[in-house]
Amino acid sequence: MRYLFHRVVQAVVVLVAISILSFVLLHLAPGEFFSEIRLNPQISLASVDALRAQYGLDRSLPAQYGLWVRSALKGDFGYSFAYNRPVSSLIWPRVRNTLLLNTVALTLSWLFALLLGAWAAARPGGWEDRLSAVGTSTLFVVPDLMFALAFLMVAVRTRWFPAGGMMSLDMTGATTSSQLRDLSAHLFLPVLTIGLGTFPVLYRHVRSAMAEALASPFVRAARGYGLRRNQVLFRQALPAVANPLISLLGISFGLLLSTSLLVEIVFSWPGLGPILLESILGRDIYVIVGIVIVSAALAIIGNLFADVLLYWNDPRIRAEWR
Amino acid sequence: MSLSRTFVVPLAVLLLLHFVVVLAGFIAPYDPATQFRDHPFAPPTRIHFFDSRGGFHLRPLVYLWKSNGEFAKYEADTTRTAPLRFFLSGDTYSVLGVFHSSLHLFGVDEPAHVFILGSDGYGRDQFSRFLFGGQISLFSGLLAAGLSLGLGLLLGSAAGYHGGLLDALLMRTTEAFAALPWLYLLLALRAFLPLHMSPAQTFLLLIAVIGMLGWGRAARLVRGIVLSAKERNYVVAARGFGATEWYLLRRHVLPQTRGVILTQAAILIPQYILAEITLSFLGLGVAEPVASWGNMLSALQQYSVLTSYWWMILPGLLLVTVLLRYYILAQSLELRVESSPY
Repeated sequence: MRYLFHRVVQAVVVLVAISILSFVLLHLAPGEFFSEIRLNPQISLASVDALRAQYGLDRSLPAQYGLWVRSALKGDFGYSFAYNRPVSSLIWPRVRNTLLLNTVALTLSWLFALLLGAWAAARPGGWEDRLSAVGTSTLFVVPDLMFALAFLMVAVRTRWFPAGGMMSLDMTGATTSSQLRDLSAHLFLPVLTIGLGTFPVLYRHVRSAMAEALASPFVRAARGYGLRRNQVLFRQALPAVANPLISLLGISFGLLLSTSLLVEIVFSWPGLGPILLESILGRDIYVIVGIVIVSAALAIIGNLFADVLLYWNDPRIRAEWR
Repeated sequence: MSLSRTFVVPLAVLLLLHFVVVLAGFIAPYDPATQFRDHPFAPPTRIHFFDSRGGFHLRPLVYLWKSNGEFAKYEADTTRTAPLRFFLSGDTYSVLGVFHSSLHLFGVDEPAHVFILGSDGYGRDQFSRFLFGGQISLFSGLLAAGLSLGLGLLLGSAAGYHGGLLDALLMRTTEAFAALPWLYLLLALRAFLPLHMSPAQTFLLLIAVIGMLGWGRAARLVRGIVLSAKERNYVVAARGFGATEWYLLRRHVLPQTRGVILTQAAILIPQYILAEITLSFLGLGVAEPVASWGNMLSALQQYSVLTSYWWMILPGLLLVTVLLRYYILAQSLELRVESSPY
């Protein structure tokens, strides 16, 4: 448990560092939300100043950070200028949507990477192996943006899939099953895009780790014992080479969130991506800070999860930290 | 796989592409900002060697577009042709900001137009925009990767050479940042810059922002090499003979990082090209009317463009072929580094 504690402390330090960094950088940035209002002749300068005072923008930077920390501890994470609401109430529903999209995409791309990677590694040099190598290299080269645009093109041209959003308009009073069907139709293309963006990276690592394991003597021994191929692959070989893959799982959260940001914007998925873009264009600084911290926290939590998994999987790490 | 197929060929193609892009003003028939408002969304111009009556022309010709009054609906007018002309004078341009000219490799005389990749919603030539956009997209990737690798080399060798607190601090920082979603960080860094800047300013600041994000991995790799290199016998021997630390670093340690740096460059450059394209696509990069591959693709966010004007996706397909060359190059470099004696 000392291990987990150590990791949590590290994570908190990183988050605090990011909050301070983004706070300082954003306050050094020229232009703010109210500079455009200031140009409006119908609003007096005095009322703009009053507004700025109300949001605490007239105070010194450390004082503003103090205010923000207090607000963050209360769970508000500051106020959005554009929506005049606490940042948290603005981004929580979007965090949920982003998480929904990413969990599905993560699960599917790992599932396929594990299955296909093990399958190809078990046939080194065979046509299946070479074919998947060529296929995944192609997927790797095509950028996520092009996948997203190509799928959007398919959706718009064929009308087989909804071309964006998360729910159809007429779904508010519908039954749960038809709502679920509607949601999965909306999920399909974004998940496919994110999955295709992440899969090749995962596949390559799974394939090389498995190939390494399958070449080692203990696997041959297991085969010699008469264990079936799938049993050898997933019960013997996989746990032995799981460590780098688990670390990759931790990193893949961050990778996935990045891909998802762009995909959400292209498919107008109501996640963190579109509102981040909107708040950058509108100079809504507390929303930017909030989203950056939340996305960092999500990636860090993913990493912590991977660390716990590592601790659980590898007796050597357990022994080291006991 | 022979060396030439996986190393020389993609490298030559990429060098040629950069050369073409630098000479964009000469090779492109138009200025990237020139608008032909009467020709929005014109499909790619077909270049004919045979006219409508089957007569052969050594000098190829193009048909003029006949519009039937509807928006962006065109028909080739086979009665009106214009010959393709070479080395003709047109919009003025400069190469690298020093050499000014108005000579173009090819073009047609008004009122005909030649749009090899079609035209966009303002009637701007997509081919010219692609070449000029390449100046922004390709070179921001290249320069940002240079910045990143420079930082990585500097910090990595400092960490590996000195060790101690500096090493621990740098390694913890890169570790922490490796896990974070880079696109969120990139957008956050972009948010700290002003929204409206001159194109040159945007270009340089984009390079700085993108380049600042990716030095971690290079620094770690360089540190590893420096750590092992400084313990090698011939380095220890050279130190025994009184070589200065700077000499050792320059002569014996840093040359060993060459393979890793080159490989990292081949991996980072396409990633950074994509980073610039992503920012410009989202409207946070270089602003119109300056062309970048990113803001060319952002027209595709309109559903009407996706359904009706297929040629607008051609820049994206060309981009994929560029990325493919970098990918093959990186693979080949990786193999060479692995099989090298170090």
